[in-house]
Amino acid sequence: MEVIFILIGVSLVLASSFLFLFFRAMKKGQFDDTYTPSVRILFDSHKNKKTVKPKPSPKTK
Amino acid sequence: MNMKEVKQKDRTLCFHCGEQCLDESLRYDEKDFCCPGCMLVYEVLNENGLSSYYEYGEKPGIKNDNNNKSANRFDYLEEPEVIQKLIDFQNEKETHISFDIPAIHCASCVWLLENLHRLNSNIFESRVDYVKKEVHIKFVHNALSLKELVRLLAKIGYEPSIQLDALEEKPKRRIDRKLIYKLAVAGFCFGNMMFFSLPEYFSEVSLLEENFRGLFVQLNLALSLPVIFYSATDYYRSAWYSLSSGRVNMDVPIVMGIISLFVYSLYEVIELGESGYFDSIGGLLFFLLIGKYFQQKTYDRLAFDRDYKSYFPLAVTRLGNKGEEVVSLPKIKVGDTLKIRHGELIPADSLLLEGEARIDYSFVTGEEVPVFVKKGSLIYAGGRQQAGALLLNVQKAPSQGYLTDLWNQDSFQLGKPKELESLANAISGKFTLVVLMVAFGALAFWIQTDVSVAVKTFTSVLIVACPCALAMSTPFTLGNTLRVFGNRKFYLKNSHVVEQLAKADTYIFDKTGTLTDPAAATVNYIGFCLDEENKSVIKGMVQHSMHALSSRINVWLGEIKPAYVEGIGELPGKGIEAIYNGKIVRIGSAKWLGIGNIRTKDFGNRIYISFDGEVKGYFHIQSGLRKGVERSMDQLKDMGQVHLLSGDQDHDRENLQKVFGAAVEMNFNQSPKEKLQYIKSLNDRGNKTVMVGDGLNDAGALQESRVGIAVTSQSTHFSPASDAIMDADVIGQLPQFIALAKESRNVIKASFVLSFLYNIVGISLAVQGLLSPVICAILMPLSSISVVVFTTVMINYLAMRKGSKNNYSWK
Repeated sequence: MEVIFILIGVSLVLASSFLFLFFRAMKKGQFDDTYTPSVRILFDSHKNKKTVKPKPSPKTK
Repeated sequence: MNMKEVKQKDRTLCFHCGEQCLDESLRYDEKDFCCPGCMLVYEVLNENGLSSYYEYGEKPGIKNDNNNKSANRFDYLEEPEVIQKLIDFQNEKETHISFDIPAIHCASCVWLLENLHRLNSNIFESRVDYVKKEVHIKFVHNALSLKELVRLLAKIGYEPSIQLDALEEKPKRRIDRKLIYKLAVAGFCFGNMMFFSLPEYFSEVSLLEENFRGLFVQLNLALSLPVIFYSATDYYRSAWYSLSSGRVNMDVPIVMGIISLFVYSLYEVIELGESGYFDSIGGLLFFLLIGKYFQQKTYDRLAFDRDYKSYFPLAVTRLGNKGEEVVSLPKIKVGDTLKIRHGELIPADSLLLEGEARIDYSFVTGEEVPVFVKKGSLIYAGGRQQAGALLLNVQKAPSQGYLTDLWNQDSFQLGKPKELESLANAISGKFTLVVLMVAFGALAFWIQTDVSVAVKTFTSVLIVACPCALAMSTPFTLGNTLRVFGNRKFYLKNSHVVEQLAKADTYIFDKTGTLTDPAAATVNYIGFCLDEENKSVIKGMVQHSMHALSSRINVWLGEIKPAYVEGIGELPGKGIEAIYNGKIVRIGSAKWLGIGNIRTKDFGNRIYISFDGEVKGYFHIQSGLRKGVERSMDQLKDMGQVHLLSGDQDHDRENLQKVFGAAVEMNFNQSPKEKLQYIKSLNDRGNKTVMVGDGLNDAGALQESRVGIAVTSQSTHFSPASDAIMDADVIGQLPQFIALAKESRNVIKASFVLSFLYNIVGISLAVQGLLSPVICAILMPLSSISVVVFTTVMINYLAMRKGSKNNYSWK
């Protein structure tokens, strides 16, 4: 029966890490716009050679 | 509509914007274009390998009519002051900015705007928020100025709308994420506490070893702390505010319940070694917060609090000593000379110095037909110039004009009165009193026999009576009603408006643009044949009149060259008089022309024409009432008083009276301020007013009324500040909406009865000291969930029944 102590610990850690992940996603704004990504995913990746690779921004919003 | 489209198929359609090519089409790259603007956009996209723009949407292009707008209209974007206020973030290298782009309408728009970096390599990221019609752009500001960026966007047809209110102190758009965090924490804790309480529910505690039980209780206690000290904080604050202002709102009994539940559970755990009711606290707050979240339905794309600043331009061209300069609007002073170009808005009441003025006042009155203004006459702020460039002399500062003067009225400074109590808050005062009386009654009864039982029953009553079901019925009912309305294109600012709408007994309507659709009016000429010469004479006369009927005739005449007439005079209530080739020409009412009162059976106006006293014929003008207006007026008359407030002259009075009946009180010639005063006097008489209007001239009345409903043909387009925004197509359904709002009040009352029943059962168990954790664990969620289900089902059922009864297609 002692295994329950471990299981309780594991379940609590697991659940709180999900809570943490949810908070982080919320803070990053992943739930702010739930429509545009569904459009964006359908765009073909461009084959044009003139394409400039987007430079990574040092500070994201 | 379909017929039309089929017919158009064999005509040439523009490859870019999909509109029909009117004159000869331009050919480029084996494709047809309707105008050089569209062709230019195609060229730009094609050169940069962005032609897959045309693959993602059916008609992606926006007709590019920017040709005749001035090149320097973005000059104000060079002022560092303006830039600072517009941008979101800036460091030594890059700038981040967000623009509102109303033109975003399909997947192609998203694609193109997210590929801006291919048009200009100094833009390195752009993200579109389709629902809010926003684009967030990051660019290198040393190589690309803000002005150039905006110009690039305008060039490809996506001109951002930069409004005056953005320049004032901009409250950073913050989404209320706190509530979601609190809800997440409450849900997390509640879920885990349920697990640890499961043995308690089924009295299996004895099967567990004692140390497990102790651990479970401690874990529950630990998990309840975030709920008590984080998730519930809004309730403490609200209860405290309400108590300190001497009232009792719904949150007071809730806080009472939470505190007594928590304190009693602590006492049980520490003193008696029992398990307490921590899971109930968790469940209670979880459900309450869901209700709160549910109530917060918002329409991101709609703005309910716009004032004139949202519509006026950000900057205008001023003619100064140094020539033309672009200045921001607040700097305009009386006496300045302004240059207004085609399509620009008149920012201040001014005199026309030079140019051909055709002013479209649809922002102000809802009337779409442009009005001609003579040199030296006053042009009111809010009109839009529809012809060439104008020179104006400013007579009043932008904030002091005919229209904007409204915003200096008291009702805009004070906002809506807050003392209007919601139903739930009105009940909760009495409820709290009854619960306290029962609790003290039980205490007094038991204290004679057993002190510990007395304390226990006292707290149990407080715990069980916690009005969570009561508190949930309101948000869920109103939240559901809000959603039902939203699906029917009737958007409310918040759930409080539903309750106000339910109490309404006086309905006030604006006429033009609200009850009538100016574009739907029909004109017929009946009488002796009108030759070209006569037509041009009439055109010469009516084009200078601001009268709505003159505008109709003017449109009907089309592009005829107006003849030169002398001595034009407009006689209010009669008509227009002028001299042409020595003959007196009159256009106006039958009575004025001396043929007596002519009664017509149909709904419409007759405008007679006479040359030298001889009547030639008349124009029959049928005002276009919106669909369903007549019937809805009839239904509203049964529900309360109906008033009509119109800024127009009363040429429509008889016809409207005939259609709507004598019970409708009509007022014409109302200025925006008079409209506001009219509503105010109704309010002072104790009427619960609902104002339905559209233009900026109704803004005061909309603000002053209990519920102001703005009618608009495009919900994202234009609407003055209001409590609700309604699509013009559904104005005929207004009685159904109000009836549903009234029904929702009954649903709230019914669910109150339901939750009172639960409370009676719970309290009767509690006063006898029979309350066990199992009953508590079952009763609490059960009462909450059943109230949620009851309200949701009832509102949807009522909406459906109302819909089917009136043969509307309520989806």
